[in-house]
Amino acid sequence: MGSHLEFSYYPGCSLEGMNKAYDKSARAVSKSLGIDLTELNDWNCCGASAYMSIQELRAHLLSARNLALAEKEKKDLAVVCPACLTTLTKSNRYMGEDPKLRRTIASALRAANLQYLGTVKVRHLLEVIVRDIGEQEVKARVSRPLSDLKVAPYYGCQFTRPFGDFDDKESPVMLDTLLKWLGAEPVNFPLKAKCCGGMLMTTNEPIGLGLVRSLLDCAVQNGAECVATICPLCHITLEAYQGNVNKKFATSYKLPTFYFTQLMGVAFGFSRKELGINEELISSKRILPEQVEAA
Amino acid sequence: MESNFEPKIVGFLCKWCAYTGADLAGTSRIKYPPNVTPIRVMCSGRVDPVLVMKALSSGADGVLIAGCHPGDCHYQSGNVKTIRRFKLLQRMLDQFGIERDRVRLEWVSASEGERYAQVVENMTETLRKLGPLNWNGNKEAS
Amino acid sequence: MAEKIGVYVCHCGTNIAQTVDCKSVVDYVSALPNVTVARDYQYMCSDPGQDLIKKDIKELGLTRVVVASCSPLMHEPTFRRAVEEAGLNQFLFQMANIREQCSWISENKEKATERAKSIVAAAVKRVEFQESLDVKKVPVNPNVLIVGGGITGIEAALQIADSGKKVYLVEKEPTIGGYMARFDKTFPTLDCAACILTPKMVSVGQHPNIELLSYSDVTGFSGYVGNFTARVRKRPKYVEDEKCSGCGLCTEKCPVSVPSEFECGLGKRKAIYRPFPQAVPNVPVIDTEHCLYFTKGVCKVCQKFCPRGAIDFDQKEVYIDLQVGAAILATGFDLFDASRVKQYGYGKLPNVITSLEFERLSHASGPTGGKILLKNGQMPTSLAILHCIGSRDTNFNEYCSRVCCMYSMKIAHLAHEKTGARVYEFYIDLRAFGKGYEEFYKRVLEEETIFIRGKAAEVTDVPQTPAERGKLVVVAEDTLLGIVRRIPVDMVVLSVGFEPRKDAVEIARIFSISRSQDGFFLERHPKLAPVSTASDGIFIAGSCQGPKDIPDSVAQGAAAAANALSLIDRKEVTLEPTIAVIDEESCSGCKICIGLCAYNAITFDEAKKVSKVNDALCKGCGVCVAACPSAAIEQRNFTDDQLLAEVESVCVSGK
Repeated sequence: MGSHLEFSYYPGCSLEGMNKAYDKSARAVSKSLGIDLTELNDWNCCGASAYMSIQELRAHLLSARNLALAEKEKKDLAVVCPACLTTLTKSNRYMGEDPKLRRTIASALRAANLQYLGTVKVRHLLEVIVRDIGEQEVKARVSRPLSDLKVAPYYGCQFTRPFGDFDDKESPVMLDTLLKWLGAEPVNFPLKAKCCGGMLMTTNEPIGLGLVRSLLDCAVQNGAECVATICPLCHITLEAYQGNVNKKFATSYKLPTFYFTQLMGVAFGFSRKELGINEELISSKRILPEQVEAA
Repeated sequence: MESNFEPKIVGFLCKWCAYTGADLAGTSRIKYPPNVTPIRVMCSGRVDPVLVMKALSSGADGVLIAGCHPGDCHYQSGNVKTIRRFKLLQRMLDQFGIERDRVRLEWVSASEGERYAQVVENMTETLRKLGPLNWNGNKEAS
Repeated sequence: MAEKIGVYVCHCGTNIAQTVDCKSVVDYVSALPNVTVARDYQYMCSDPGQDLIKKDIKELGLTRVVVASCSPLMHEPTFRRAVEEAGLNQFLFQMANIREQCSWISENKEKATERAKSIVAAAVKRVEFQESLDVKKVPVNPNVLIVGGGITGIEAALQIADSGKKVYLVEKEPTIGGYMARFDKTFPTLDCAACILTPKMVSVGQHPNIELLSYSDVTGFSGYVGNFTARVRKRPKYVEDEKCSGCGLCTEKCPVSVPSEFECGLGKRKAIYRPFPQAVPNVPVIDTEHCLYFTKGVCKVCQKFCPRGAIDFDQKEVYIDLQVGAAILATGFDLFDASRVKQYGYGKLPNVITSLEFERLSHASGPTGGKILLKNGQMPTSLAILHCIGSRDTNFNEYCSRVCCMYSMKIAHLAHEKTGARVYEFYIDLRAFGKGYEEFYKRVLEEETIFIRGKAAEVTDVPQTPAERGKLVVVAEDTLLGIVRRIPVDMVVLSVGFEPRKDAVEIARIFSISRSQDGFFLERHPKLAPVSTASDGIFIAGSCQGPKDIPDSVAQGAAAAANALSLIDRKEVTLEPTIAVIDEESCSGCKICIGLCAYNAITFDEAKKVSKVNDALCKGCGVCVAACPSAAIEQRNFTDDQLLAEVESVCVSGK
């Protein structure tokens, strides 16, 4: 029953570390939906850090290697991290538009017995689910609707910017739509596409904390009981720094934070352990249905 | 191919769009390879395939036909006829064993000076790689 | 008998001579067959330059002339005239473009000179095959068609009509007046727009030489300079112009109220309406999408109350053909749609409005009676004006819309005057280029308007401090201070830029004119011919050619009028004889050419069984020439012999 889509799965570095739960839950729900996520063999870091500003050519090369490997498999790349999405898409596009860059990268790839002809598309799993799988198939698998759970849908700054033509750049709605299909209630969240400050936490924590505070404040003011994220860095930033925010601003935020795939998993009937929810830093026991405990 | 081979290209440019666009490239002082010698016609639809074959058999390495973008032809649909003739001309080139890249049809509007320069640059590069046509075998050495 | 060809190589100052070795070209050309004389000179287009040619024609008996200089699009007419004055037919002349397409595109002197030689040699070969041709003179129809009844079209219409010629003024809307009719005050004098516009509108409406076709558009345009036929569609108003007295009773009684386009949706109008009270013609039209009679078959109250019986629900659209000698396009512009720039919240956040909406609020007969009010009915205590919305932006339009800085300052002044609010202007650069404009800027500065140099990044209603609660916050980098600022205000005005009208593509197609890269109509020459187009007899004026303010629009309207009158007063125009001609002997009667002609200029002579070209209809494109399998059709001045000679010369000569 259902669809059968095949992708080369590119988890990205963070999913091997602090964000294992994202990986777990993404694989679980993809399997349910009939999305075949075969991990790309021997993938390397996409270079989504500041590398592009320091060594542009080499940064492109990191992406190009992944794209070349994916092209060998003759499948598109599915990612779950918007930073990976941006970096891989950027290199993909620039190589397509700039013949000089393309030639240079091609000669470098040749040294590794690889080539890239520009046929791979890079897509975020959220976009694949909402666009390709669609409402009917998702709803068909919802055995435990999230019964009006008030969720702040948080996209972060890189989902639609700069290359995301698949949704409204300033005010995307894809995650809102998916949450509705799961039975949840996405609240009005004007700062949904604003920066979380994740990149700043190591260099300028006060500013980073200020940004996190704005987001939490906005979510809570609009009645959110939790936040849904689509980016591993946003997730960590929002969840792990709530304590520091409370200390600095004398607030008392305790907002559970979920990966969107975790919420999907809950609605599909998976257990806390299967979705990695038991690894959360802020307890969601109050708001998730009891049955999730048991399984 | 020879690195200092300069392809000779004959350009049929329609007065209203392509020729004016080429003029604009000059007025804007854009520098581009001088390998296309322009021949002005009123419409790209005037370009008889005989003229193209004459150019190739007289020593040209390539021919560029440039007219108005489809829908913008000063004479309504002249460029539509050009497209049709061009497709048949391509088949003829195949039969002669002449590479299709040697004869190009491009749309350049009167305000596209930059584009004209790019088209010429592009075509010159392509022909440089293809090498001289050597129709009669008596092309002078460069 | 061999031809005697004179070749003249122009230096064009240093434009050509700097890159092309003119003397070398002269030497090369002198050695070509049939070249009697070859000279070079500083400026061939000057009087002494032209005299060189004339002298040689008379003294040396030249039979052909070639001038190697700039583009024929520049000076072909100049030299053709010179040649004719010396007694030689102007078509025995050819130009070689060694400037725009040679010296200006090359840095390598050697290559440029070789190329120049090749180009000139080709022209020499070609001119040998050229023949004398007689130009056709046709009378010019003295009527003029003006499309668009905004301030530009109005100016052009009045100038031409005052000179005694007849003008057909076609306007799409129910009334003339254009955008200017919607403005409150105009910069820098702060003249009331309606006060200076309406007298002109009335003059147009009453002028005996102007036939005003309102609520109409041009659906077809054919012919040639001096003899055009315009097909105009008069859309049904369902009100008879001649019977209507403009009393306005129908609009009073109409029960249907809908948002008014004239008021930018801020006010209402009826289903039978005049856009504004001073409309010319002062005749209402019925909006069939909302009229109860047209949608449900009921009501007809307007007809019941009309004292003149002017309402006619059975009116149909009418097509008429107008014969004119020239056409002026003054179709105007559209404003950039601010909802496309999502970060400013237009359409989502209340009290974010466009500049035009502000004009309507400020206007005494606008939806708020001239008061600047927020959505909650209160006056703003602070206001921000954001420059360059949709302009100077690679995401939307790269060009500058020219008028927005000035109108923004005007808005600042009006806001200050009417509300006493604190006014902020967020700008990138300030463009106050016109007469009195810089002085106006100084005045606005003295009114304590705060200018912040930094394009606004976003407008948000999510507060970060108590002071921001309930306000719209404009976030911008103040580049002069080097910090990011958040300024809370009550109202945000977006200074939207100009764009070509959505129907500009269609209009350009109908009139066969080109558009520039930015989509506005293309002028013949940006400096020297801003109101002409490449098509003789068709002129453009006003914002349809590019964004401009009222003084410049009026200037262009008058300029286009002068151009049109100049054409008409010549009484006749000459047509290029570069048309197609069929040699009956060679024609096999295959009729391939007939179907190809876009102008239906070729007919079949059943008696002789050959095709024949109607030289009044033939435009000289050459499509039939290329198609004829018997080579029976020739295009004058673009014959196969001439083109083949050119081709051969180019391929054989030089490297």
